[in-house]
Parts: sequence; structure tokens; C-alpha cells
Amino acid sequence: MVDTTIGAAGVIQPAEVKDVELYHPKSWVTKYVFCQDAKVIAIQYSITALSIGLVALVLSWLIRLQLAFPSSFSTIGPGDYLQFITVHGMIMVIYLLTALFLGGFGNYLIPLMVGARDMVFPYVNMVSYWVYLLAVLVLVASFFMPGGPTGSGWTLSPPQAILSGTPGRDWGIILMAASLILFIIGFTMGGLNYVVTVLQARTRGMTLMRMPLTVWGILTATVLALLAFPALFVGCVMLLFDRILGTSFFMPAVVEMGEHLKYRGGSPLLFQHLFWFFGHPEVYIVAVPAFGIVSDLISTHARKNIFGYRMMVWAIVVIGALSFVVWAHHMYVSGMNPYFGFFFAATTLIIAIPTAIKVYNWVLTLWRGDIHLTVPMLFALSFIVTFVNGGLTGLFLGNPVVDVPLSDTMFVVAHFHMVMGMAPIFVIFGAIYHWYPKVTGRMLNEMLGKFHFWVTFLGAYAIYFPMHYIGLLGVPRRYFEMGDMAFVPQSATTLNGFITMAALIVGFAQMVFLFNMIWSLSKGKPAGSNPWRATTLEWQTPETPPGHGNWGKELPVVYRWAYDYSVPGAKEDFVPQNQPPVPRAA
Amino acid sequence: MAVAIILLLVAVGSVLFHLFSPWWWTPIATNWRYIDDTINITFWITGAVFFAVVAFMAYCVFRFHHKEGRQAAYNPENKKLEWWLTIGTAIGVGAMLAPGLVVWHQFVTVPADATEIEVMGQQWRWSFRLPGKDGRMGTSDVRKISSDNPLGLNPNDPDAHDDVVIEADDLHLLVDKPVKLLQRSIDVLHSFYVPEFRAKMDLVPGMVTYVWFTPTRTGTFEMLCTELCGAAHYNMRAKVVVDEESEYQAWLRKQKTFAQLSARTRQAKETQ
Repeated sequence: MVDTTIGAAGVIQPAEVKDVELYHPKSWVTKYVFCQDAKVIAIQYSITALSIGLVALVLSWLIRLQLAFPSSFSTIGPGDYLQFITVHGMIMVIYLLTALFLGGFGNYLIPLMVGARDMVFPYVNMVSYWVYLLAVLVLVASFFMPGGPTGSGWTLSPPQAILSGTPGRDWGIILMAASLILFIIGFTMGGLNYVVTVLQARTRGMTLMRMPLTVWGILTATVLALLAFPALFVGCVMLLFDRILGTSFFMPAVVEMGEHLKYRGGSPLLFQHLFWFFGHPEVYIVAVPAFGIVSDLISTHARKNIFGYRMMVWAIVVIGALSFVVWAHHMYVSGMNPYFGFFFAATTLIIAIPTAIKVYNWVLTLWRGDIHLTVPMLFALSFIVTFVNGGLTGLFLGNPVVDVPLSDTMFVVAHFHMVMGMAPIFVIFGAIYHWYPKVTGRMLNEMLGKFHFWVTFLGAYAIYFPMHYIGLLGVPRRYFEMGDMAFVPQSATTLNGFITMAALIVGFAQMVFLFNMIWSLSKGKPAGSNPWRATTLEWQTPETPPGHGNWGKELPVVYRWAYDYSVPGAKEDFVPQNQPPVPRAA
Repeated sequence: MAVAIILLLVAVGSVLFHLFSPWWWTPIATNWRYIDDTINITFWITGAVFFAVVAFMAYCVFRFHHKEGRQAAYNPENKKLEWWLTIGTAIGVGAMLAPGLVVWHQFVTVPADATEIEVMGQQWRWSFRLPGKDGRMGTSDVRKISSDNPLGLNPNDPDAHDDVVIEADDLHLLVDKPVKLLQRSIDVLHSFYVPEFRAKMDLVPGMVTYVWFTPTRTGTFEMLCTELCGAAHYNMRAKVVVDEESEYQAWLRKQKTFAQLSARTRQAKETQ
């Protein structure tokens, strides 16, 4: 047992550096608009991400309506359908999940959880948000350009993405690539901030191995993103060159609709390698913060320390490292050298081991706990169900022979929605119910919350669990309609109708959630500073919501790890991290 | 209590759905029965893990949900348990990976007696080419493609002349004879997929990819494109017919060679 446990305070060193000088806003504009306070930036990030997420939600309804009633919507053509799935996917993965976990939760929680006054580079942090907003606006603009947004699928594979058989070839693909480039620039500014803040601005006593897993998750994900996004960046730049300047990075000699184009010698596979070198770590960029946050939710609401903290930290780090050597498992049937399959299959299945350890430790944290079935806890439980389900179907797709019949079918769609759609989104919901009281000073309504939870969890499961079986049947993804495929029984159409109904219901349940967030802002029960009786530093701030500079006059000093729940002999069932140990009886 | 029951129902319901689902893979029509077996093994292992984890969670919620006076246990770590779980998981993963890799080795190793057939994809239709009487396919180049020469065969290559060209029509295969598909695309990515064959491989412009299988039963099968290739992707279909020897030969006699097709277009041009 290391010094992660009770009482082992060690010696608290005197402060080595002077407290930071913060920029103090002088006007309304510098306080709420061009603001350098990480907490305000976090809220700006979150509101922007959730707003653009609503666009993705509406697109998902259109996708589902088309799939369930293929001949009923004359306004949805095959090209429109491809645009919907492309923009839906891109928004969800990049502009919602990545931005919300890192820009939103990262900004709000890192300084508070490590006991800092703010991010270390507040000005760059502010610019990061505004560049992100610009990226979102450029993406939205593609809807209003001639030809609309790109319909190349979120994988943007050339040659298809830049040839005229794909919708949005004129402007859509250019704006998409430009928007991603902006996003990456914005993210890099924010990301450097998160990493440096965690490494350099922790308060006294906050050793790395005393940090809450939330911070570990966000830190690891940020490092992954800083290393992975550059691959997408160069991919987008070269794709733009191919599209606008006629270079041939990804374009071999091709004949398009009988016409010989001027490209020659490029490699479509090169783009796929660049894309997935980013794309696979991206899955973990979304998942790892969720791992961290859900650990803290489970621990707090089960009133029990997270089981195997050190193993959890190492699992996060190992998963992060391994996520860089598995990318080509997205490419088993891409035409790359098939012998790569052996290597990538092995690395992919090995990553299941640290991931499984995390799952065991979550459920073992519940074991002999004191489980409060609050809304955050319910969402944490639903995360485990969907994550385990989606993670296990990953073992199908990671195994090359099993992947061969299943790749590019609805099985894949069901798999990744379960594992990197539903699972992280449930954590986001749980996290919002958990930290909303700190951000606003008021509780979210619990009744509405439980309604939101049950409809969302059971509904989403009803959407994605049966969808695997449509894929098992052999129905490909990205199909505008199934048409009359001989091997597809009539009942599959009925199942598609059922899935669509579930999707519409789940979608509307999100309106209840939005209403709850707005209504509780003024009408919610006052929360007090620590409604969940949690140990971590953000709940120990002198003011709620925390003021500018977070901590009043004195920075907190940390004496223990983040998980002192139900410590035998302690008066309360939680001991805050900044509570000094009781001196041993002399 | 209700939460525990619902969690348990989710686990039980998933298993029942799996057992009674009318939606299941199509009856196999090639030698890749091993793929189905590997999927089955994976279903059993992962299904057991899923059920165990969710049922355990349900039990924890049932047994340890908050009651007045309950205090959680304090046990930060249990090295022994953590190691046993890690080793157990590693064994399970190995049990899925090992057969997978063995079958993958078969999947990428083409038998020597496989007949080569070319599959060519373009937006949004399929064409095929058989090597003809000499058993050798002539060279081809995207830059030679024209309306007279849709596959871009090299007219100066004698091997190309007797190649059988099947343009935008169904492909016939011989039952129980291994085939190696040599695949190319002239515009964007496509993917060859026949659900009953299990096999699948992308067609990539600028390179030739391959996939092999042995059809094991006769019949007509739907062939789909499974790599997004533009607006009409969902409509890029063809039929693959697996024949007995006599029917296959009858079909083959009706097909035209590259030389015949070029002569015909030449004639048509001259009479104009």
C-alpha cells in the first residue's frame, strides 16, 4: 500500500513558487464573452458542443426515418442521406464528444480538482474556444453552400470524397477539411493547457497518484489527442491540396464517369492509414475521460473507494499507449497487406485486457458498497452495461476473420454506437447531473432526471442491441435503403421500424433533459457546496459556484488520495482530500 | 430493487433475444465455415462475460443499495484477485485470438489450384474478366479505358485477346472450384461482398487486391458493394450464380472475348 491511503500525510512542502497573478476581468465582455476564466470557457465549450449536438440529434432522426420508411420521404434522396450520416458522425465524434469531454469537463474540472486557480495559459485557453467556435460555424456553413455538406462518410475516404459522384464535392468537402483543421488548431491550444496545468499547477500535496481518476482520464486523453490529431491534420491538408490544387497525394489515375482525370500515382490507402492513426486513438480520446469520470461517479455514489486505484491508473495509461498501435484493425478488408492482420489482431485483442480490468474494478467497487441510486449512479451503471456490451462486440471486429463478414455492415454501426456513442454519452449525462450543482449552485430535478435516465437507457439499448443482428444478416451500413435484397426477410423491415420508433422516443427524452437544465437554473433545489458529500477538491471550494481564482485567499493543501470514503473509524463516510489527518495520540 | 431487476432483465433479455432472434446470418455457401465457427466461439465467450458482469452488477445493486446505517467496506486493493482476473481475461482473449489467427492464415493463403477471375468496380456497377483459353489474363491499365475498351485491357498483349469480358452483367462460378478474385477499381473504393460467401475485400483504385473462396453449393446470390462509393452506393449490385459444370460451360460459351468485342465495335464504327 502506497501513500494513497488514509492518514499517510507525509510532509507537506512549503510552497516553492508564488501564487499566480490572475487576469481580472474589467467589463461584462471580458467576464462572460472573451473570458480567460477556465470555468466560463468550460461553459462556453459545453453550450456550443451541446447545441451542435442537437443538430446531430435531428440528423439521426432523419437517418432513422429514411431507414424505417424508405419510400415515404420524397424529400430525402440518396445524396441527402449520405450528407446526414456524414455530418451526424462528424459532429458526434469531434464537435460534441471530444469538445465536451476535454474543452468542457477538462476546463471546468482540471483546475478545481488539482487545486489550481486557473489553467496555466488563460489567454491561449480563451483563444482555443473561439477557434473551436469558428470550426463549428464553418461546419454549419457547409449546409448553406451550393451542393451542401460532404456526403463522403465521416471517414472522408478519397478518391470518393473529392469526386463528383459524392454529394458536397464542390464546397462541402473543402469546408469539412477546413473546419477540422481549425478544430485541431483550437484543440492544440486547449490541450497543451490541460497537460501543463496537470503537470505543473497541482497544489501542494496533490501527487500524481493522489489525483482523481477524472483528471487521469482527461490528462491521458489530451496527450492522445495531441499526438493523434496531427495525423488527421496532415490528411486534411493533403486532401485539400488534391481537391483544390489537383495534386495526387491520395489520388491514383482514375476514370470518372468515362472521363480520364489528371491524377496519377497517389495512394487511397495512405489516407486511410493517416485517418485511422488518428481515428482509433480518437475512440479512446472519447472513452478515457469517460473511464475517469465514471470511476469517480461510482466511487462517490457507492460511498466506497475505487477498487484498485493504482491498477486503474496504469490501465488508463496502457490503454492510451496501446491505442496507437491498433489503428489498422479498421482496415482488415481495405486491401492493405493482409499479413498486417496478424499484428493488429494481436494488439487489438491485448487492449481488451487492461480494459477488462477497468470493468472488473468498477463492479468490484459496487461490491459491499453503500449504493445510492442517484441519477449520476444510474447513468454510471448504464455506462457499464453499454460499455461492456460494445466492448465485447469489439472482440468480434478486432478478430480479422470475424471482421471479414461483419465489417461495413450494420453490426459495426451498432458496435460503435454502443461503445463510443451511448457509453460516453451516459457518462456525460451522469457527469452533468453530478457537477451541475457545483456549476450552478442548484440541483437538477431528480424526478425528471430519473425519467430521462430510464427512457434514454432502455430506449438506446432497444435501438442498438437488435441492430447487431441486422448486420449479422449481412445488411451493409451507409445504405440509403435495403431495397429488395433476397437474403433480407420482411421481418427485418419491421425491426427497422421498431428501432426508429425507439430512436424518436429517446430523442424526445433529451428535450426533457434540456428543459430540466434550464428550469433548474432558477427553480432547482439549492445545492450547498458539497451535496454528494464527495472528497475531491472541487467540492471544497469556499464559494459555490466557485469564484474567480477558485480558492479565495489560500490554495488548498492535499493530505490524502481522492477516495477516502467510509474509512473505518472516521466520523463521516467521506474525508475530503484537504482535511488534515488527525494527529496520532501522543 | 427495481433497478436490480431491470438490470437482470437486460442481461436475460439479451441472451433470449440472441437465442430466439429470427435475424441470423445467411446459410453459408463457401468453404468459410471456420469463420462461422469462430463467430460462434466469440459469441459464447463474450455472451458469458456480458451476462456475468451485468448479473453481478444487478446483485450488487440488490444486495448493497443504500439503507439506513449501511456502511461501505474499505478495501483499496486486492492484488491477488486483480492478478487472477487479469490472467483469466488473458486466457479468454487467447481462446478467441488463436483460432482467429489460424483461420486468418487460411484466408490470406490462396490455394495453388485457384482459378483467377478479375472483378472490376466503377460507379456504380460491376464488371468481370475471365482469363480465357490460355489461362492467363492480359495486362491492363486505367489509362487505356475507353468506350470500346471498358476494362482498359492492353490490345497489344496477346494474353488479353482471349480474355472473357463480362460487362455489367452477372458472374457465374463453378461449384467446388476455388477462385481467387483479383480486384481493381477505376474510380473510387468499392468492396466485394456476398453475404452467403462470408468473404469480403475492398477494391482500391491504383492497386489490385485479392480474396479467395470455394463455392460449395449452387444457386444465385446477391453481390453488394460494401464500401461507400458515392450517391448510388446502395444500388451497386450484381448477381453471382454458382453452377454445375454443364450449366457453367453453357453460360461461358455465350460470353464474348476481348478480341470479339473489339472486332464488333470496330465493325459497328465502320458501318456508320
